[in-house]
Amino acid sequence: MKLGRYIAQRLVVLVPTLFFVSVLIFTLQQLLPGDAAIALAGEENDPAAIQAIRAKYALDQPFVVQYGLWIGRVLRGDFGESLRSRIPVRELLASKLPVTLELAVFSMAIALAIGLPAGVLSATYRGTPVDVTANLVALSGLSVPHFWLGIMLILLFAVQLGWLPASGYVPPWEDLRRNLTTLLLPSFVLGTGVAGVMMRHTRGAMLQTLNADYVRTARAKSVPERLVVLKHAMRNALIPVITLGAIEFGRLLSGAVLTEQIFAIPGFGKLLVDGVFNRDYAVVQGVVLVSAGLYVLLNLVADVLYFLANPRMRGSA
Amino acid sequence: MTRAVAAGATADIAEAHRPHVVRRVLRRPAALSAAVVVLAFIAIAIAAAYVAPYDPLATDYRAVRKAPSPAHVLGTDEVGRDVLSRLVWGARASLLAGVVPVTIALAVSVPLGLLSGYAGGWIDGLIMRITDAMLAIPFLIVAIALAAFLGPSLVNAMIAIGIAALPTFLRLARGTVLTIKTEEYVESARALGCSALRVAVRHILPNMVPPLLIQSSITVAAAIIAEASLSFLGLGQQPPAPSWGSMLNAAQRYLSQAPWMALYPGLLIFAIVMALNVLGDGVRDALDPTQQ
Repeated sequence: MKLGRYIAQRLVVLVPTLFFVSVLIFTLQQLLPGDAAIALAGEENDPAAIQAIRAKYALDQPFVVQYGLWIGRVLRGDFGESLRSRIPVRELLASKLPVTLELAVFSMAIALAIGLPAGVLSATYRGTPVDVTANLVALSGLSVPHFWLGIMLILLFAVQLGWLPASGYVPPWEDLRRNLTTLLLPSFVLGTGVAGVMMRHTRGAMLQTLNADYVRTARAKSVPERLVVLKHAMRNALIPVITLGAIEFGRLLSGAVLTEQIFAIPGFGKLLVDGVFNRDYAVVQGVVLVSAGLYVLLNLVADVLYFLANPRMRGSA
Repeated sequence: MTRAVAAGATADIAEAHRPHVVRRVLRRPAALSAAVVVLAFIAIAIAAAYVAPYDPLATDYRAVRKAPSPAHVLGTDEVGRDVLSRLVWGARASLLAGVVPVTIALAVSVPLGLLSGYAGGWIDGLIMRITDAMLAIPFLIVAIALAAFLGPSLVNAMIAIGIAALPTFLRLARGTVLTIKTEEYVESARALGCSALRVAVRHILPNMVPPLLIQSSITVAAAIIAEASLSFLGLGQQPPAPSWGSMLNAAQRYLSQAPWMALYPGLLIFAIVMALNVLGDGVRDALDPTQQ
């Protein structure tokens, strides 16, 4: 099957998913207790202002009409404006996305640097202390509450040792050094969690390929063990791990909510939490919608990567 | 007679295997010690009133943010409450927050999964599209958004986490139904004239238990972290009631003066979640035939 057709097929499934996502997000606003117009008006109690909001958002219209108008605006890139700052939500999203993206890239780099070698090593030395240690570390990475790990690292490296800044964010074009030092701790916090998942999957996939016939053949041909592990076994084991990496990256883009909160990083997560506390529903809807869109898109990327990396898919699917 | 034997065979086998599975889980040293840790947490949560040395809500302004001492083994917090006592009572909130959302997710996903997998057609299509949409929004974001819309409280946080966990369970339940549906024993039960309901309850349901049990054990751990996260953000347990997450929230402001306030709640979350994950691995290994 051609790659183009495969992507087209996947995109067709994507449209109804995104449609239902938008319906869910829009319905959430309808669940708001009380009059949505009063909630949207925020602290303004002026009846005229509330009336204007009701007319602007067509709150006196039936649900379907309201949804139609809303999704029409969203599709044109208009997510409304923040109640607090009166800044268009689109601008807020555009300014926060690069920060979250940078954090996600660093976290992923740390996750790969720890997770892949640990997974390969523990599968190669199955049952030895190396394997046990790697498993224990991976399990710890999966079990530790990341926001607490963040707090503990701040306590150690910022409060006690004074080596790294406790929180904040500086854009790379202003001060690259400070940018990197502020992102080191949060990336490590996020990266360790993903590293645990990566390690376990890499280990599982490696154990499978190390038992495969072609690996036995390679060994029988007296290919050096190093090459057997790194070339024959690892190459094939990495196929499912690539897919996982793309999905985990999608999770990182939106899963950094608490980490951004603790380290005061002005990204998507902080925007969401601030939106929640300010009852800034347009912001919350915008963040959730864009996060879901990115997540779905990265899942598509994962499928495409899987398709590209696995020659068998191209022949049979 | 023959019919009853054939129809009941799988269920009997499932029942006969159950004690065996528990024994198989507990035979692993790691899983056994994890089970002991989990049981210890449950015992402490139940006996909180007897275990806690102080009233978890009693403030003492003469002992504000005191470091660990013989009087207060784990120190005191920002209004002089005993940290150990609050941790002991906080175990209740955390364990409830682990179990209740999973129960909600199971209660909704099993019947809906059966319906979706069994009925097929547009019902299946609709349920699955909504599930896909929910899966597209990351777990914690769903939980935060729902908790925010429902209003901050422990009960609402648990409902929000339950709903956020639902799509994973639903997809798993439906997938399992689809697999089991084509098994020979289900077809023979149907050929023998069993009603759709009887096939669903007597033959499909018992075989849905292993995958759902594995998923539940993972989700209890995830739900405990989610509750702590929501409480940390102020969307879960409300002060002054103790919860490990809200204790961490308060602790963050006194990090340099009173680090013990931040250390212990996190360690406990870490311990219980680690134990649950090890136990979950043990259950998976014991139930999954491919692992043996």
